[in-house]
Amino acid sequence: MVEAGRSPNIEIITNADIQDVSGTAGNFSVKVLRRPRYVDETKCTGCGVCAQYCPVTLPDPYNRYLSPIKAIDILYTQAIPSTYSINPDHCLFLNRQECKQCTRACQTGAIDFDQKPEVAVYQVGAVILSTGFKEYDPARISAYHYKDSPNIVTGLEFERISSASGPYMGKILRPSDLEKPGKIALIQCAGSRGSTSGNTYCSSVCCKYAVKDAIVALEHEPDLDITIFFMDMRMHGKGLESFHERAKELGIHFIRSRVSEVRRDSQTEDLILKYVTEDGSLHHDIFNLIVLPMGLEAPDGNFTLAKAAAIELNPNGFCRTELFDPLSASREGIYVAGGFRGPMALPDSVMQAGGTAACVTELLAPARNTLISEKTFIEERPVEQEPLRIGVFVCNCGKNIAGVVDVEEVKKYAATLPGVVISTDNLYSCSEDTQVLIKETVVKEKLNRVVVAACTPRTHEPLFQETIREAGLNRCLVEMVNIRDQCSWVHAHEKEEATQKSKDLIRMAVAKAGLIRPLDEPVIDVIPGGLVIGGGLAGMTAALSLAEQGLECYLVEKTAKLGGNLHNIHYTLEGENPQDYLKTIVDQVRNHGLIQVFTEAKIESVNGFVGNFQTVIKYGQGPQKRTVELQHGAIILATGAMTFRPDEYLYGKSRHVVLQYELEEKLASGSFVPAGDDTIVMIQCVGSRDDSHMYCSSICCSMAIKNALKIKEINPSTNVYVLYRNMGTYGFHEDYYTQARERGVVFIRYDRDNKPEVTEIDGRLRITIKDLLINNDVVIHTGLLALSTAIVPQQDDTLERILAVPRSADGFLLESHVQLRPVDSYIDGIFICGMAHFPKPIDESIAQAKAAASKAGILLARGHVRVEPIVSSCDPDKCIGCGICEYFCPYNAIKMKKKGKLKKAEVIVAACKGCGVCASYCPARAISMGRFTDEQIFAQIEAFGRN
Amino acid sequence: MVSKPRILGFLCHWCCYAAADAAGVARFQYPPHIRVIRVMCTGRIDPVFILEGFLQGADGIFVGG
Repeated sequence: MVEAGRSPNIEIITNADIQDVSGTAGNFSVKVLRRPRYVDETKCTGCGVCAQYCPVTLPDPYNRYLSPIKAIDILYTQAIPSTYSINPDHCLFLNRQECKQCTRACQTGAIDFDQKPEVAVYQVGAVILSTGFKEYDPARISAYHYKDSPNIVTGLEFERISSASGPYMGKILRPSDLEKPGKIALIQCAGSRGSTSGNTYCSSVCCKYAVKDAIVALEHEPDLDITIFFMDMRMHGKGLESFHERAKELGIHFIRSRVSEVRRDSQTEDLILKYVTEDGSLHHDIFNLIVLPMGLEAPDGNFTLAKAAAIELNPNGFCRTELFDPLSASREGIYVAGGFRGPMALPDSVMQAGGTAACVTELLAPARNTLISEKTFIEERPVEQEPLRIGVFVCNCGKNIAGVVDVEEVKKYAATLPGVVISTDNLYSCSEDTQVLIKETVVKEKLNRVVVAACTPRTHEPLFQETIREAGLNRCLVEMVNIRDQCSWVHAHEKEEATQKSKDLIRMAVAKAGLIRPLDEPVIDVIPGGLVIGGGLAGMTAALSLAEQGLECYLVEKTAKLGGNLHNIHYTLEGENPQDYLKTIVDQVRNHGLIQVFTEAKIESVNGFVGNFQTVIKYGQGPQKRTVELQHGAIILATGAMTFRPDEYLYGKSRHVVLQYELEEKLASGSFVPAGDDTIVMIQCVGSRDDSHMYCSSICCSMAIKNALKIKEINPSTNVYVLYRNMGTYGFHEDYYTQARERGVVFIRYDRDNKPEVTEIDGRLRITIKDLLINNDVVIHTGLLALSTAIVPQQDDTLERILAVPRSADGFLLESHVQLRPVDSYIDGIFICGMAHFPKPIDESIAQAKAAASKAGILLARGHVRVEPIVSSCDPDKCIGCGICEYFCPYNAIKMKKKGKLKKAEVIVAACKGCGVCASYCPARAISMGRFTDEQIFAQIEAFGRN
Repeated sequence: MVSKPRILGFLCHWCCYAAADAAGVARFQYPPHIRVIRVMCTGRIDPVFILEGFLQGADGIFVGG
């Protein structure tokens, strides 16, 4: 969010509604209504003094109404822009023409009651809609009596209760009496998967966040007794099934039941749950707190937005998209990501957001770089020969620092430190006028080092770096001291101690500042082409997207034909024709001038680093076999996954046992036509969610439903049995599960410890399964058994070893952050997508492939990589060539190279992350870390001791 | 027991330093005895830094990463 807020090419418009989108793709006019916030964004510093003076309190929507905020406030601490705004419904002045306390309190004159709603028109080439979802209203579930008891809370309310910044400071308390609840129940499918709730679909995320909430609560209070009531635990997605297993190990109870009623006990404020378990028995149980992890639904605003943008919604009120074009709305040039498409988890939202960026870049490729703002700076002043002249700027941060720390005393103290020529204080160091002041002071006082004692360098260092750069100093010549976040805010009642701490920290920073040197920001050229490895759906989509963005691309496929697993899909639940699509996309890839395809290809070696890779491949067969070296700047790994072939349930031994995709092939080709008296059985979770593969393969339940419905479509009298452990038809696929039950498909559940038994007698299969409802064995005779087996990673990991790209415990490619960076690998310049990352359906594969192409496209189109000067450097005169740095470097950023007779360490700056592991291991102290040198750290330690 | 111990902290920029900032945002109150040196990774911490800290009078060293 901070990054988006800082980009010179993103204008953030909050408090606004889209009124109309006219024009066509590439040339839209968007009419936006900007509602007044009554605070001037350019003047507000986010200090919060106005809120302290505002006399009106109201329930805080961010803390789910469990704590108060003021009529002038900020939604939450990290909000961007960090500007306060006035709630027009509650402000005394706006409603009764009285008060104006905020105007008097604000020291920057930011309050502006004259603001009026404004309509602005923006000219844009494309539109991305990512307006999100709404939490289902719990009061609509009459049986749970949400409004009767404060001790029934929604999942979001519970998240705020568990949060350190929440209403109870992270203590798990129940709202009625602020006592610790001993027994907590979470009730799943609240507002999902039911005709009575109005939403028949599965909200996809509630099982996952319920388990997370339960585990977090246990981390806070280990002796809590927590029960989760569920219909099916849908833990699809990477790493989530093992998360579920961990929850069980931690002692969280899971009861398979849809709770039929929740009633309040008015004496104790406890809650009584009524539910029927799988064996048919009725239970009543008492809990101190009930959590309803609510389902997600379409916000009412979707209809207005759809009308304004002239796009279609699906029957559930979310944006309508197509399976093979999942990120496009029904109007060309309008793209859609996240909760506006439907309920989904964080990584999917992030992938889709990246994917839509690729869609926009494809559409607007000819106009690339035409409206970009890039800052230009005056020449840097050489300071190496100058005597040290340090300037210290101490921030009051309104009252945030000055209310605790004696800024005046700190300022005077700083002036006495060696090398300091000026020490001054300012109301807000981050405000625009202070930037002007700092620049003027640098010039006037001929400063060559700047120390800013204010808030955290994590958010504000780039600002001050830019300010001193504008004054002609190298960016690295500023050092920040954190006297707010890590001092005044956390020692609010120890003013003297906080003042002393501020002085100590400034002394340490000044000591370091004396040793900081100007550093170059290395810039490395990027070869503007990409290499996509894997010619399945994800690989082809990524290659095509790069090419449509105007970037050259090599597509390498190990088999003789493009298409991968898509060849095995003949129809879809949504009614699309995958083989038609496959033919179209293969033609597009083959005929695109910017894509060069290599089939029957094998990667021999990959050398280089981000922006500069050299890859040797062998391709073709027999006499046509060739070797070629490719130069490219980025790699997209789309190597796919495989269907698991089990050695149970007579697979491979009986001709009556097939895999689900083989059944699909038979049904599609007509080689098997189900007859009226045929019985077909399917077994789910074969090799999934067990010790061999502890994850849910995400797509097998939908595949089984698809084939079951196909059979019923061909012959409604054919008997179909699905033996399952947990139906995982998440999202809108839930409706097809319902449809299958309506058409007479019989679903029988089994447990991991009670697997079905399959024997073959006289050319027929006999399947015995223990039906948990009647607690008795059921025997089914069938001529055809289809197994829904796990999707497993590619067995051969040679490629990953060549690239040094790690796999996760499940064997799929590991992304650098599961939630926030789902297409970046651990190695810069290498991106991942498709089933190589994790099993996923077609639309999610396409979205992720586009996201990978978007990330690679950013790198390739920019043409250079700028490296932060925090990287490691090695002094060859001191290096003894031991190689310990190369061994320990976690990023492959150090290589030992022969220089004359000796080996010397060489840093690949583009790959270095500045962690400094090399420097701390180097026995010869030959390695120095930019901005964190040994000398600087020793100076800080020495200054620490000098008080 | 030292009533006002002098603690020297080495905090990783990416995790513990960020967490210490978050503690501030949440206004968590804790004793004011730590002085923090930010590093880009705890891997940067040479054991000598810790010894030097003690030599300079630290009563305790906190490594957060």
